[in-house]
Amino acid sequence: MSTLRALARAQAVAAGVAQPVATVRHLHLATRPLVLVPLAMAGEAHAPLAALVGTAPDDARLLIVPQPRNRDQRFRFVTELAGIVLPWLDGFRGVSEAVAVDRGRDVRYRYVDAPQLWVPNPAGITFLRLLGRSTRFRRPDGDYPVHPAVPLLGRWLTFFAERAEQPGSSALLAMTDALTLHWATGQSAVEDLHLPALLGWIDPPAGWTGVAAAARAEDPGVCPPAGPATDPEFDNAALAPAMAAWAAADDDPAARDEAYAELVRLLRGQLAPTWELMWRGLGLLGALPPGARVAGRWAGDRDAFTGYAEHLDADGGPQPRRDGAVAAAVRLHRLERAATTYAVQRAYDDPLVMAEHRLTGEAFVGDVTLADPARVDDSGKRPVLRPRIQVVTTEPVRVPVGATLWSTARPGQKAKVVFVTPAADGRTEVVLELSGGMGRGLTAPPGSVPQVGERLCLTTLSEAFLPAGTFPTAEETPWTHGGPPVADVSTRSSAGLSSVVG
Amino acid sequence: MTSTAQRLAAIRGDAPPKRHNARTIAALTGNPGCSRRAVLDGAGVDKSALAERVGFPARFGQSRFAITRGNAFEAQVKADGGAELLRLVAQRLGVPVPERASWTDLGGADDLPDRRERSRAALTASGSEAALFDHPLLGLQVAGQRVHLEPDLVAARLGGRFHVVEIKSFPVIDGQADPAKVAAAAVQSAVYVLALRDLFAAEGRDPESVSHDVVLVCPRDFANQPVASLIDVRKQLLVLRRQLDRMARLDDLLTVVPTGFTADPAAEPATLAAALRTVPARYAPDCLAGCELAYFCRNEARGQTGALGRPVREALGGIAEVTEVLALATGERAADPEREEAAALLRAAARLRADALAGHPA
Repeated sequence: MSTLRALARAQAVAAGVAQPVATVRHLHLATRPLVLVPLAMAGEAHAPLAALVGTAPDDARLLIVPQPRNRDQRFRFVTELAGIVLPWLDGFRGVSEAVAVDRGRDVRYRYVDAPQLWVPNPAGITFLRLLGRSTRFRRPDGDYPVHPAVPLLGRWLTFFAERAEQPGSSALLAMTDALTLHWATGQSAVEDLHLPALLGWIDPPAGWTGVAAAARAEDPGVCPPAGPATDPEFDNAALAPAMAAWAAADDDPAARDEAYAELVRLLRGQLAPTWELMWRGLGLLGALPPGARVAGRWAGDRDAFTGYAEHLDADGGPQPRRDGAVAAAVRLHRLERAATTYAVQRAYDDPLVMAEHRLTGEAFVGDVTLADPARVDDSGKRPVLRPRIQVVTTEPVRVPVGATLWSTARPGQKAKVVFVTPAADGRTEVVLELSGGMGRGLTAPPGSVPQVGERLCLTTLSEAFLPAGTFPTAEETPWTHGGPPVADVSTRSSAGLSSVVG
Repeated sequence: MTSTAQRLAAIRGDAPPKRHNARTIAALTGNPGCSRRAVLDGAGVDKSALAERVGFPARFGQSRFAITRGNAFEAQVKADGGAELLRLVAQRLGVPVPERASWTDLGGADDLPDRRERSRAALTASGSEAALFDHPLLGLQVAGQRVHLEPDLVAARLGGRFHVVEIKSFPVIDGQADPAKVAAAAVQSAVYVLALRDLFAAEGRDPESVSHDVVLVCPRDFANQPVASLIDVRKQLLVLRRQLDRMARLDDLLTVVPTGFTADPAAEPATLAAALRTVPARYAPDCLAGCELAYFCRNEARGQTGALGRPVREALGGIAEVTEVLALATGERAADPEREEAAALLRAAARLRADALAGHPA
């Protein structure tokens, strides 16, 4: 928690309504997102109970499982869900665009759009991940055959859940995460996980304060929980009797239809309020202008979608239960790079995020007071263009001489700190030597060197390309990491649980 | 009856004291600095009823589906005199599966002294053949008071060593379970290990014969098949031991509780609320998950930075009141010298926020 964000929370308490912590939207919003509100049966190992799913506010399909302990009914639910999700996914596989790779020597294709999936909260993402885990290894043949769409949906859900781990991806998003990325409420992070309360703070009904709206939203009788866990009171007082009635009406079609209709009514009553909230949240996010680098990150999601669709086309197998040592290291490396890039990009896109870095001394804003755009350094073998500028700032400068800074206005240009001189009334003069982003000649093109009077934000955060690490192949796994994988993985799956105990 | 016990009985009112279980003790050590909670729990007050009476009912309902499933799984694992359980535990511990083991159910009768004595006798009896003990009644010294634990667990004696066996109905999928649930189970089990070791020490037996490796039995993947995992609870034991030692003695706490303090749910709500406010609480958002009175304390803590979470409070320089944070940030109020550093940071943060929100170039 940065001080800036903490202060926004304090301001939200005083104002009675959530305060912005971003000036632009840091995620992509699809034109045709699929919103999915799942409910799970309490106590069971991720047995689906119901879901409301659709791509428009007035197009909600309700799927229910009258008896979630029944395996056949659970897989019927998954088949129905696949019947909605898979055609929606195929709808994005129409138009491709060519992307130059390998410095223009080759070309590859990616779809011009990609699917985006929304769930209410992080627990919803976990639910989809485990639903994917429980279905992707199923087979349409053999002892317990399932519909062929079931394992396919499982693989796609696993794909989405893995994308959701990647910072900056907009493939599968939790509404509470998306909202808290842009607004700070006057309640704690734990309470922010409750979507009705969070939206109560951000967008209270007319005449209500955020705190009153959030308090009202905590009553499960008024605002049912946003899933996947159900309200225990609802389970005990409404759902259990309705399920019992459905089970008891086993051989009476009329009574069974009636009991089924009652279950539908009850479950829709629990899901519909969250459905409304999801679309209200999307509306709030849509009102923010997108950040400049959002489209670039979405292109990464389109790449991933294209790649996985091709993998499945080529009869690719399901994702493994667990990564091997090399695959795990590669994944970790990829996630770390994505996290770094995402943090830098958000700061470059959004002055309010950059302000957090200015507060910690990783960036400062100053005015250019002197500029020598024609300065040439001829001390080396060849003369090179090395303009110098002087920036005066009122902010504390916590970078040492010799450090390299970047300006948000010219991300391709390096600025090396040459002198840092404290001046009168708390100001600091910083002399910087520029390189890059000025062409190859000895004269800088107009606009490539900051002019006197220009205001610059200089930061240690770099947008420079992060090279990918090199990793051995799986067959070359070093002995420190268990050596090359053995064929029988089942012998290794018995590790203790202690690794997950905090 | 000692004076402390009389005092606690007066606080509690007419009702019999609520019994502790490992969960309440684990939660108690989760917020050891909260005097309100220490006094109420020490007195065995029915906090659910109390919270409801003062208008802030707790929301700790349990779904009947979850209870049914939990009971069914436990019954399944304990079936056949624990034969399946014995096999699972022995295999996980890497010892040969015994031919047979005795099964002693120490639960049942509600007569406390008798049950305690039966548990003590059965658990400390000499003998090293394989044995399983269900529902033992254990005791633990908490804040100077002896509390009884009614664990829903099995103590397994295998190869002369005791292991605590905890049966939980959350699934272990591909060797991984919900970390929060595993952590909670580990702390609970550590309470039982501690209580068992105390019992052994009191009988002059070696407390170390109770292993710090706890066996957790959960359903595997998406089916009902049980799987056993080992959890090393040494860390949890250290934390628990330290916090139980540190926990202010109830006698000392009671000296600052006003005479006439009552938490009897039968009293008038206004009286109760006023009385509760005389005993300081230390609210944190974590309380919502563990304490029945949390909503009352949260309401009382409105306007405190601590109610927003400890990281927020720390990021705001440890300043307790939201109004003071904002006054320092706008410069309305001058900071005293020891807060000057925090105030300067807040002023800078407020200026940066205002600039960025006003759309100034950055």
